[in-house]
Amino acid sequence: MKSVGHSIPKIDGLMIATGKPVYTEDLAMSNALVVKILRSPHAFAKIISIDISRAEKLEGVECILTYKDVPKERFTLAGQSYPEPSPYDRLILDEIVRYVGDEVAIIAAVDEKTALLAMKKIKVAYEVWEPVLDFEQALAHASVVHPEDDLHCNFDIGLQKKQNIASSYKEEVGDLEEEFKRCSVVVEDVYYPQAQAHAMMETYRAFTYLDHTGRLVAVSSTQVPFHIRRQLARALLLPASKVRVVKPRIGGGFGGKQTGSGEVFAGIVTLKTGKPAIIIYDRKETFTCTTSRHAMRLKVRIGADQEGIIRAIDIQVLSDTGAYGEHAPTVLSCVGHYTLPLYNKTRAVRFTGNAVYTNKMPAGAFRGYGATQGTFALESTVNKLAAELGMDPTEVRLKNISKEGETFLTGQGVLLGSSSLDRCIEKGKELIGWKDKFPCRKMGNNKVRAVGMAITMQGSGIANIGTASVELRLNDDGYFTLLAGATDMGTGCDTILTQMAAEILDVPMENIVFNAGDTDTSPYDPGSYASSTTYVAGTAIVKAAEELKQKILEQGAKFLGVSTQDVEMGGLAVRTFRGEEISLAKLAELTVLGTGKLQLVSSATHGSEISPPPYVAGFAEVEVDQETGKVELIDYVAVVDCGTMINPNLARIQAEGGIAQGIGMALYEEVNYTELGKMATNSFMQYKIPCRKDVGKVRIAFEESFEPSGPFGAKSIGEVVANTPPPAIVHAVCNAVGVRINHLPVTPEKVFLEMQKL
Amino acid sequence: MQITLTLNDKLVTWDVDKDEFLADTLRSHGLLSVKKACETSCCGLCTVWLEGKSILSCTVLSVRVHGKKITTIEGVSREAEEFARVLTAEGSEQCGFCSPGFIMNVLAMKNELINPSEEEIIHYLTGNLCRCTGYMGQLRAVKTYLGVAQV
Amino acid sequence: MFSLNDLVQPEELETAYQILTDKRNNTILGGCAFLKMGSKRIGTAVDLSNLKLSYINETDGYIEIGSMTSLRELETHPLLKESFNGVLPKSVRNIIGVQFRNCVTVGASVYAKYGFSDLITALLVLDTEVELFKGGRMPLVDFLKRPKGKDILVKLWIKLDNCIATYLNLKNSASDYSVLNVAVSKLDERWTIVVGARPRRAAIATNASAALAKGTQSAAEIEDAAQKTAEELSFGTNMRGTAVYRKALCKVLVKRAIMEVLRCKSH
Repeated sequence: MKSVGHSIPKIDGLMIATGKPVYTEDLAMSNALVVKILRSPHAFAKIISIDISRAEKLEGVECILTYKDVPKERFTLAGQSYPEPSPYDRLILDEIVRYVGDEVAIIAAVDEKTALLAMKKIKVAYEVWEPVLDFEQALAHASVVHPEDDLHCNFDIGLQKKQNIASSYKEEVGDLEEEFKRCSVVVEDVYYPQAQAHAMMETYRAFTYLDHTGRLVAVSSTQVPFHIRRQLARALLLPASKVRVVKPRIGGGFGGKQTGSGEVFAGIVTLKTGKPAIIIYDRKETFTCTTSRHAMRLKVRIGADQEGIIRAIDIQVLSDTGAYGEHAPTVLSCVGHYTLPLYNKTRAVRFTGNAVYTNKMPAGAFRGYGATQGTFALESTVNKLAAELGMDPTEVRLKNISKEGETFLTGQGVLLGSSSLDRCIEKGKELIGWKDKFPCRKMGNNKVRAVGMAITMQGSGIANIGTASVELRLNDDGYFTLLAGATDMGTGCDTILTQMAAEILDVPMENIVFNAGDTDTSPYDPGSYASSTTYVAGTAIVKAAEELKQKILEQGAKFLGVSTQDVEMGGLAVRTFRGEEISLAKLAELTVLGTGKLQLVSSATHGSEISPPPYVAGFAEVEVDQETGKVELIDYVAVVDCGTMINPNLARIQAEGGIAQGIGMALYEEVNYTELGKMATNSFMQYKIPCRKDVGKVRIAFEESFEPSGPFGAKSIGEVVANTPPPAIVHAVCNAVGVRINHLPVTPEKVFLEMQKL
Repeated sequence: MQITLTLNDKLVTWDVDKDEFLADTLRSHGLLSVKKACETSCCGLCTVWLEGKSILSCTVLSVRVHGKKITTIEGVSREAEEFARVLTAEGSEQCGFCSPGFIMNVLAMKNELINPSEEEIIHYLTGNLCRCTGYMGQLRAVKTYLGVAQV
Repeated sequence: MFSLNDLVQPEELETAYQILTDKRNNTILGGCAFLKMGSKRIGTAVDLSNLKLSYINETDGYIEIGSMTSLRELETHPLLKESFNGVLPKSVRNIIGVQFRNCVTVGASVYAKYGFSDLITALLVLDTEVELFKGGRMPLVDFLKRPKGKDILVKLWIKLDNCIATYLNLKNSASDYSVLNVAVSKLDERWTIVVGARPRRAAIATNASAALAKGTQSAAEIEDAAQKTAEELSFGTNMRGTAVYRKALCKVLVKRAIMEVLRCKSH
């Protein structure tokens, strides 16, 4: 293949790397009003009075809005397909504030200094209520985070507001207790994966303006332009046709920008003033007033027979969704969806859980989306099982994993179309040196080295819900325009989608102009999440490119005076087998003139009934200082099955980046609150994402499988790569010094104190 | 207050507030390659050169660069593009937001260190945070660019 | 964000001092990294950039370090790399990054007496004096004990003797603040043990140091000195670690630092 399978540099790479002004802030008009938000200092309170009179008088202040000035329609900020599973529990500004940082007033002024000065002059009196801060106390807590009567769910997600339950979930197959009774070995444990901050380098920002027809345009650093359009329309009481959302280059998202943030505040300012408005969340607001990963408590029980075949799995989840319920039901269900199918010799499985409201910053979508937390808990328990059985943990996996062509207990009969997970495990063992290093080796000088491992899966798109549409057009100059709704957040999907089209049309990449991220012109796409773009949008591209190719052949045959069977396409021309040809450029020119009267276009929408899982086998080698508890990551190996790699370099970078985030979750990152519910980790000084010394050596290998339902055999890679480090590293530490750290992150102090208890 | 400085080899005179930081001054004068990504001098994205040395433009008051030489990536575009091509050939620019500051620090390192070891490279570049790539691709690109053997 | 009414860049120390002491809310500008994160209301900010205080010189058996010297200059200067087993570069080299260290100054780091400071810990095991414009020259340990007052730190003086020193710390991640930092030095028969980031700032364990010096530094005596240090000094709890852990860590790091000094000595 000429394009697919090649490590082609990203089409936007050179421009963004050298700092060209193509991000949201760079594009804003210089006279846009600066929007700032006055935020609640209390975790749970009701606004008794709010006096903006002194602030309004300040010169340069254009408007100040409070809860009295905004529509009363509740909505969700979750970027999900309609009807969204997330509860509609938000107002633009609410009389009740539900976490430290919750919005109280919107201030728009001619510049930042004026806006901040005005903010200081706003007087607010609060009736402070007892906040729900501990998610393990939420169910029984006297305070109800969402007492309002107009809470709305599009369908039943198990919301029980009086118990602070945003969503509950239950799935059970087989007779669990009966199966456990039959098992020779039963192990269980409780795990606390922490809330994690996305910490994308470009903070949240958007600017809005009214265009020449009076429509509201929002240019936003978002992963989900179409969902933002719907949110803005609903929240601002506009028809969707009066809203346009544009997504330029984005500086990272990782799921954070799958939830709306400042767009609605800038939007309402533009509607009220008629003027452009820009809102830029600073790093502190990005840490404290957006979303994080769901912190969870997971109780996992696994039963196996004497040979190590896992027969029963029980997972019980409590998920902390914070003050608002974005992504609560779906992250919760993904904990089980993206873990239980790993092992298909089970005879009974049960997955139950509650997502509870608390008075903290909301949790939302974060790469892995429940699979990360579930993988940590399940894989750590399987490792515990292996130890109990005295079996090599890799052997336990190889005995139990679902294989290609098989189904699994909760799979409803769907067969696995592709899997090289067994080869991933074998390859990973080899690369890390498992045979010589498992379980541990004493290095002398109070240092011990050990290895640990874990496997994981994810999905590729959302079956039966996610679709992607694309349009292809042959332009009069012989080059193509590819219109897609897919949103590149730096990952490079603009590039790989172009690669796929180029492959089918047999043209160089430069002959295709990729245009995306504008709800006025782009065909519908949910956006960059659920690891869908390669698999779902990619297949739409394949369909549309095949269709256009067919039309080109038909038109070319017509111009050459032969039938369609007698022509082929290649070398930028349509030619007969006798060698007569018409160049694409000439063909295109003729089709838009009177001779042809038919500009050639094609379109396709694709959605899949299945979500074929990608897999990763992750292996960690650590060195633990037995006197201090310090864990040094010596080596990390991840072997990936993402089906076919469309662009090997970009696939590798996704893997390395995902592993690094997983390493951060395992060893360095933690969202922390004070006893009053104020977030303490509100800067890079306090919240430590890994720097390059922290990541150390990461080695990625691929074991390509071929997914028949995927474009060129591809599945997905975006999320699955984030999940293995926490369980693999915790396993390695346990093998080194005999302590199991179930509360993430693993810190030297935790290791040290646990060692003292031995 | 008025300051005069040599910006990318051109003499310029600007009006700045006394409490204004260089990153904001540069951006307001069209040097949009300079990015702000934290408020705590931690991330390195705002890296420019002061007299040829890497500094955090978010942490240096503009009044302090009066009479000094400031270089942004716009001022070393040939060398920047040369390294950027290597970076993008690895696919390791990803979202690109940290890239300009990273490239400025890489070029500063090239000017300061002779035949750096891998450890020295990692040490020099530690102040440039990246959330997308996991740093491995950046290291491969730097090694290729410096002609250091890949291990 | 801090705010200021005026900013001056005097070219004479006397002028700088006059302006500084003229009003209560007049302040010296250091590297601005921490000033930036606070919300101080400054009257006139006094910038020392034009006072030519950025230098590292060998003068009459001392190392003279001007207060506007950057941490990066401290890290890379050959004289400091060669002296005292390179303890000063070692203490600052892992602070955030090269760009950051090019922006922050020795004077600001010392004058602010930060608890988390790695540099102060290392300076305390050497024969270090500070020179204040008004207050004159005094040992660093005395400066640290002084109550808050307005003055300008002009330079540091470090005696160029045969002191062998080591610096160790433990951090939760590579560019974070230390959970604890330790420095140990030996000059002739005299040992100095210093522990910082407790989280309170560096302090000399005088009793433990004296006890260590009395003996032969056998393995048992080293353990004993480390234990004494942990008992002599106080430790606290913050986001980075608990008092219990810091105390335990102190024993381990002090022991290791002493052993490292002994290893250097024998070369």
